[in-house]
This record gives sequence, C-alpha cells and structure tokens, in this order.
Amino acid sequence: MKYMLLLNRTADALPAPGTPELKRIIQEYGAAVEAMGQAGVLIDCAPLAALSSTTTVRVREGETIVTDGPSAEIKEQLGGYSIIECADLDEALKWAAAIPAARDASVEIRPIVAMPAPA
Amino acid sequence: MTAPLDQLVRQHWWAAVATVCRLTGDLDAAEDAVQDACVAALERWPTAGVPDNALGWLIGVARHKALDRLRREANRGAKEAAAMREISESEDVSPRATDPLGLMFLCCHPALDVSARVALTLRSVCGESTAEIAAAFLVPEETMAKRLVRAKAKIREARIPFRIPNEAELPERLGAVLRVIYLLFTEGHMASRGEALVRGELCDRAIALARGVARLLPDAPEAAGLLALLLLTDARRAARTDDVGGLVLLEDQDRTRWDQDMIAEGEAVLEEALRRGRPGRYQLHAAIAACHSTSASADGTDWRQIALLYGELVRYEPTPVVEANRAVAVAMAEGPAAGLVILDALAHHPQLRRWAQLYIARAELLRRLGRDEEATEAYGSALELEPAPASRSFIARRLRELGGCGN
Repeated sequence: MKYMLLLNRTADALPAPGTPELKRIIQEYGAAVEAMGQAGVLIDCAPLAALSSTTTVRVREGETIVTDGPSAEIKEQLGGYSIIECADLDEALKWAAAIPAARDASVEIRPIVAMPAPA
Repeated sequence: MTAPLDQLVRQHWWAAVATVCRLTGDLDAAEDAVQDACVAALERWPTAGVPDNALGWLIGVARHKALDRLRREANRGAKEAAAMREISESEDVSPRATDPLGLMFLCCHPALDVSARVALTLRSVCGESTAEIAAAFLVPEETMAKRLVRAKAKIREARIPFRIPNEAELPERLGAVLRVIYLLFTEGHMASRGEALVRGELCDRAIALARGVARLLPDAPEAAGLLALLLLTDARRAARTDDVGGLVLLEDQDRTRWDQDMIAEGEAVLEEALRRGRPGRYQLHAAIAACHSTSASADGTDWRQIALLYGELVRYEPTPVVEANRAVAVAMAEGPAAGLVILDALAHHPQLRRWAQLYIARAELLRRLGRDEEATEAYGSALELEPAPASRSFIARRLRELGGCGN
C-alpha cells in the first residue's frame, strides 16, 4: 500500500531562490526525506508549484470544461494522484479528462517543481 | 511623422510577438524583445527609411534581443531558463501564417483566469501597455501588473503551449477565444465600471480582434458570427447615449444615427457565415441584432422572428438570461402578458435574483399592462441591486413618470 502525503503550506509559493528561508526549508525537508529514505518507505516526493498555477477539468455530458484554479468551495477533497510526464499542459489536460474522477468530481493538474539532484 | 510610424509598428505587433513567442517558447521574453525592437524601429526608420519587410525586420531584431536574454538567464542559472527552448542562430526565423492564431490561443487558454485572458490579449496581441489596460478597466496599474505577471508565470510554470488546437479541440478552444473578444466588447459597450456608459476604445479593439480571428479562420462560421454581431451592435453606438451620457433604449433611438456602413458589413459577414449551415450562438445573436438593424422604426421590428431566434438560441446557450430576453421578444410580439408569464417563471432563478435587468424588464411589462404599483415595486427592486449609473437614471425617470419617489 502506498500513500501520498499532501503537504500544506501557509504561503502560496516557495520562498525565492537563494533566500535563507528556502535554505532552511530544504534542510528541514531534506532531513525528513532522508529519514523516510533510510526507513525504505519513500517512493516519490517533490514540492508543488504555487496554487495559482493550477488548472481544473470536468467532463459533463461529454463536454470538457476547463477552468483556472481549484473551485472556491472546499467540498471536494483530494482522493488520489497520478504523476504523468508529457510535453505540455494541453497533453496533460487530455489525460486528466480521461480519468473517471473528472466526471465524478474534478481533477486538478498541478505542475511539479523540478529540483536539482542533491550534491 | 511619428504617428504613422507608430501605427506601422503597432500594426505588426501581433504577428511579431507571435513569431518570437513561438521561436523562444517564452511569451514574456517575446513581448520585451518586440518592445525593444519597436523602440529601435522608431529610432532608425525616420532616417534610414522603413525596410521593405518591416515585420521581418522587427522579428529579426527581436529574436536577437530574446536570444541575448535567454543566454543571460541561462548563465545566471535561472530556473525559468530550463523551460525555455534553445534557439540557434541558424534556425529559420521567418514568420508562419499560423503564428498570430497561436498567440491568440495561448492568451485565451481556458486554464487562465478569464480576466487575465482579457488583459493578456490586450497586452500581447494588441500591444497595449500595462498602464493603458489598467486605465481601460479602471483598476490600479499595480493590480493589473500583478494579474499579468501571474498569468505569465502560470503559462511558464504549467507549460501552457504555443500551438494551434487540432480539429477535435478547435470548437471548444475557439469558443474560449471568441468569449474573450466578446467580454472585451461587452465591457466597452456597457461598461460595468466608471461613469461612462460606452467605452469606445474597447469596442474598437474587440472589433479589430474579431476581424483578425475571422480572417485567420475563414472556415469557422462562429468567428464570422462574432464579427457580425459586434459590427451590428456597435453600429448603434452614436444613438445609444443622450446628450448627458444617459442610456437610450433601442426603441427610443434615432435610427438615422446608426452607422449604415457597419450594418451593411455586418449583414454581409453574417450572410456568408450562415450559408455554411453550421449555426451557433454568435451567429444567432448576430441574426437577432440584424433584425433590429434592418427595421426602419422600432414599431416595424419583426419581434416574432426575434422571439423565434431566441428560442433557437436557448439550444446553444441554455441560460436564464437568454430566456429572459426571449420573454421580452415574446412580449413585443404577442403582448406584455405573454412575456410576463415567461419572466415570472424565471423570477426565482438563483442566477437572476441579483440581475437588475430582469427587474427592469419585468417593471417595463407591468407598466405597459397598467399595473403601476407592481411596476414601481419592480423598479425599486432593480435600484436596490445598484445597476450601472445610466440604468439608474433611466429607472429614476420611469419612477417619476409613475409618480413615485424616484429622483
């Protein structure tokens, strides 16, 4: 059984590169990730881009409805995840619209921040 | 001599930004580079003369500037550089005919916030400055700058592509493009902010964009339908406001002040579109506008035909607003009582309860039926929803006529 850890944060975006805040976060997360890695439980992890980078897709009566951001009401809870690699947002939208969750509720497409490999 | 050159530069802006955006894969870099190229052109062309291929010149200069920026950022190791495409000196930089369309689809991508799409289109496609766009929408420049920065950041971070949608995607994605142009026009035609009822410069921009998209997509009747709709509607601009900027209803307008050239063009564009046999919401809206345009007087309006067209429009645009408009047409064709039946059925629709126009329409029908007390009440309900200033003064006038306490 695998788990996704949904990591919330108070600021919408990560602190700017080169700032002491980011350095501290990287160190703290680095320690936590290292601990998970040594315990052999870690499958995949990465920070997510700002909430303002999100797109939502719904399929209603065969029509694909694409909107900016998550819906304002917080009725829908995260129910699972899938990581796909594709060329651009249009391709990602196509895959997201084919997932049943797009019909039943919605699929949020959130870009993943590419992090440099640890030295 | 500066003005014509300025116009020449502006005329090439859309195509230049589009091609440089395709080449660099970065909208922000493309805009900055084309901006710099335009400044260079305005410095050089007055003395050196305008090059034969002005667009090619602008693209060439802009591409160099964009390359410089990409290299600088790559050297700095900026994370944005990773998302950008490397462009080499030898690459073919000639513009493609599809570039302007690609830029339009990028700026109007449904993944972007609607207000950001409108702003981005004005900035990237029309070449308006952030200050001009902020002034047009009456928001502080800082607010507009943030909106644009956020939209561009999303394009970069979520990697929204510069591409022409394929045939399967086209209807939906074209719909998003047409909606942005329509929103821009609506803001100009019936400004939601500020004291001026009509903001002509926004209408002009929207018509120019609709013209551009219709030309680029000659096989899309809805693109032509939107252009026809905007032409037919804007033809009434001069007659829509009185001496003090108040709203003049269609039925009270001096039809000799309608722009006959625009009406003729709108009708020709619409006819050509309808001939393709693929109707849609914009073609139907345009057909309704044409019914008004071809009638010499308000009394001569073919309301039966308009009511039928609204009935057809509901199939493409099943909204209570369209149904409310159908009610008004039915009232004109068959009498206020018949229209009131449809309006009353809509009265409790959650989407319309805060829509002042519904109460105004209802009040008008009640007034015509001689039910003055109920009409006064409905005008009052409309006023409580704080409609645009022009609508407010219209309601006040009606209330005075009804002997109410409006002022």
